[in-house]
Order: sequence, then C-alpha cells, then structure tokens
Amino acid sequence: MSSDDKEKTAVYERICELIAPFNKKRIALEPATTFAGDLDFDSLTVMDLVAAIEDEFDIVLPLNMLPDLETIEEVAEAVVRIRKSR
Amino acid sequence: MDLLDKFDPLIEERARLGHTDPDPLDIVMDEVLSPTEAMIEGRKTILAGTNNYMGMTFDKSAIEAAKAALETYGTGTTGSRILNGTYRGHRELEETLKDFYGTAHAMVFSTGYQANLGMISTLAGRGDYVLIDADSHASIYDACSLGRADVVRFGHNDPDSLARRLRRLPRDAGKLVVVESIYSMLGDRAPLRELVAVSKEGGAQILVDEAHSMGFCGATGRGVVQEDGLEDAVDFIVGTFSKSVGTVGGFCVSNHPKFEVLRFAARPYMFTASLPPSVVASATASIRALKHAGNRRAHLWENVKVLHAGLRALGFRLGTARAESPIVAVCLDTQEELFGMCQALLAEGVYVNVARPPATPNGLYLLRCSLGAGHSREQVEAIIAAFAAAAKRLGLSLSEKPRAASDEGKEGDPRAAGAAAATG
Repeated sequence: MSSDDKEKTAVYERICELIAPFNKKRIALEPATTFAGDLDFDSLTVMDLVAAIEDEFDIVLPLNMLPDLETIEEVAEAVVRIRKSR
Repeated sequence: MDLLDKFDPLIEERARLGHTDPDPLDIVMDEVLSPTEAMIEGRKTILAGTNNYMGMTFDKSAIEAAKAALETYGTGTTGSRILNGTYRGHRELEETLKDFYGTAHAMVFSTGYQANLGMISTLAGRGDYVLIDADSHASIYDACSLGRADVVRFGHNDPDSLARRLRRLPRDAGKLVVVESIYSMLGDRAPLRELVAVSKEGGAQILVDEAHSMGFCGATGRGVVQEDGLEDAVDFIVGTFSKSVGTVGGFCVSNHPKFEVLRFAARPYMFTASLPPSVVASATASIRALKHAGNRRAHLWENVKVLHAGLRALGFRLGTARAESPIVAVCLDTQEELFGMCQALLAEGVYVNVARPPATPNGLYLLRCSLGAGHSREQVEAIIAAFAAAAKRLGLSLSEKPRAASDEGKEGDPRAAGAAAATG
C-alpha cells in the first residue's frame, strides 16, 4: 500500500467517525455511500459535517465544492488533495 | 418527467395545512388600520410580527412625500439605475443615507435582498473567499451561489470558528467576512467587536447586514456598528427600507474610495428596474425622521423589555435570555404547537409570524414576535395576555423554569456537536 493510499484510508476512516453522530438512521458506511441519497442528509446537516471535517483536518472545504462531492470516498480524496495543496 | 413533480411533498403538505383555518402561511390582511393594527378574518388584530420597528408605515411626512412624487414623477421609472432609472429623488435618497450614516458613499438597490445579492457576489469574485455565519439569511447564501468566490461557513456568532478558518486561507487572497448584527429568527445579537477584530487580524474586509437594527440601535439609529463604536472598522453596511424605514428597497453605505465603481459591476443593481419615485420619496422622508427619533427608540426598547419579561414570566421558552432586539421569539417543539398557537393567538386578536426549519436554527419552531415604536404599552400588555389565553386554550404545558434557546447548543453540548439536524 503506497503512503498516499494509507493517508486516504486514514482520512476515510476518520471521516466515517465524524459522520457517526449525524447518522441517525445508522446506515452502514461504505466508500460509495452518498450523503444526499443513502444517508438522507439535508443541506444543513451536510454543512455542519463540513465544519467538523474542516476543524478535524485544519483545512477549508468551501461550500461551493460540495456539489462535486457526492460520496464519502470523494470527500476523503478532496481532503487529501486540499491538505497536499497547502 | 414533469419538472414540478419534485415539489409533490410540498404540495401534499400545503394541502394538509389548507384544511386548517386560517392557514398560518396564508394570512390576508384585509385592511391595515395603523402600523400596529389590521383587520384579519373580520377581526381587529394587533400586529406583533411585522418588522415595523419604528412604526413608520403611516408617517405623515413619508406619505405626503410619496403622494407628491407620484404626482410629479409618475408611477415608475421603467428602467435600470444605470440607464433611465435614476431620477433626482434617487440621488437625494443616497445623499440622505450618506448624511444618516456619515459615510462618503451610498448605493440604493431595489430590495434589501438584492443589496446583499449585489454587494456580496460582486465584492468577492473568483479566487477570493467569502466567510459567512452559519445562520445567515437566505439572501446571503443566495449571494454566495451567484458569486464565484470560495464560500466558507463559520459557526454562528463564533469568533473562534471564524479565526480558525481565516488562518487556513492564503495570506494574500481577498477575503470578505459577512455577518448580520441582529439575526432575524431568534433576535440574537452578534459579538460584533470580536468578529471585527478577528476579521481585521485575518486580513479580511467586513460587511455587516444591519437590516434588523437600523433606526433603534446606536445613538442616532445607525445600528449596532454605531452602538459598538465600530464605524471606522467596518468596510460595508447593508440595510433595507422594508423594516424600520417602512417601505421597500435596499442599500449599501461605505467609505471605501473605490466604492462607486460597483454601480457598473453589481448585476443585481444594473439589471433590474429602479425603485418607483413614490417609494424613494417616502424612504427619504422616513430616514430624515429616524435620525431624530430618540424618544421613539426609547419607547421601543421599553416595549421590548416588557414583552420579553412578560412572556418569560408565563413560562415560555424564548430565543434569547435577555431582550437583545425587538424580536422576541417563542420556541416551540412541534409544527402542531406552532400552528395551533398562531391560530389561537389570531382568535385572541394578535398576529405573530410563524417560522419553521430550515429557515430557523437548531430545528426550532418559532412564534416570532417583533415589536415597534408604534405599539402602546396597553397593546404590549394585550399581547402578553393573548399569549396566556392562547396557551390555555391549546392546553400547552409551559416550563416552570424559564430558559432560552440561545443557552442551548453551545460548545461542549452534544447537541451542538452532532445532533443539530437543521442548523441554518
């Protein structure tokens, strides 16, 4: 496993932990799980989750990026990308 | 697929509510008797939810000015501010705003919504950052959608959350912080001094929306920015004519030396018709009167304190622990309680706003009262009595220990960390 993959896995796992308190219906989380579809999050819940992710990884995840981030894996990849670009 | 199919859940909800009488979301005022009274469902009703903070909708000088402008300039301008839609009156109104706020520049938009839309989307462009409070008004969120800047949301009234986000941004990038001085749903006030200090330290410019504070906050009614002594530190103030001024329209005032160029860059300013001359004339007369309305300001704050204390004593849970603004929000747990109370209050002759998620923070159902300088002490007492009677009529159980919604959901509270299903 490359160091990039390791980082992505670690970020993914941490994001899943951050999702847990919002996951009222206790849906099983997979990389391809979608926020709007599978988890049934409304836009306000998504924005609160974004705030938690920002503070956890010490990054900014602009709200205008959200339409392109449908799954947990996509968010994990974006977090890794944003951390690298700093 | 029919494009309107996606609204079926909303259609079903509306159909359900349509059976309740009257529908709290479809109230009609058949006659308006004064800034504080209207005929609703054939009953003379005290208006306690109209944002008419300074009671200016029937001001004699504003009405006379509007009539004269209507006769002199006609019913409308039929054009944009930058083409044929700037009359002498529009210029006079901007001069009046500059005098009222003591600023070098003023720009009048056709609504308050458009003022936010135009200012925020134009100031923060591609490559810039706009930082907004989590509980921002829809006009601020929509401005972010219209603009090309990266949008960063910080915790409601939380200077530390803002500071953390500013620190993460590139030092040399353009940054605009947008806050409201008073938030319209709970009526809570922003810690403006701290937010301004954090913004300056982070190299950001700051825009303050004073929609719910103009006229009655600050020594001469300029708002919370004046009251907190921040006039030299705030870059842009956005406001509206549809609340304390008593008509419709929006504006931005600023001392920025390049401000005037925005007239040729802000699309919501350029691509819509300007305000009609009668509206412009009444706004001008009203703002001139507001500057010298010290007694009315004092009366309004007295009204607010009486209402806040009265509802608290009855055991209602209120949006703020103290009276921070003319907005006194009663927090309820369900839509049934909300609509039931609204109807019961109407039966008792009092109108208040209903507000529901997602327009409200923390998933709250709010009976949103707003008082004005036009209310008499007797009317305020009548509003309190109506709340007591309506709660009794509905069998609403009131808490014995008064508490405020703003005391909940603070950091360290698990509700704030995870359970906030609809913080907005």
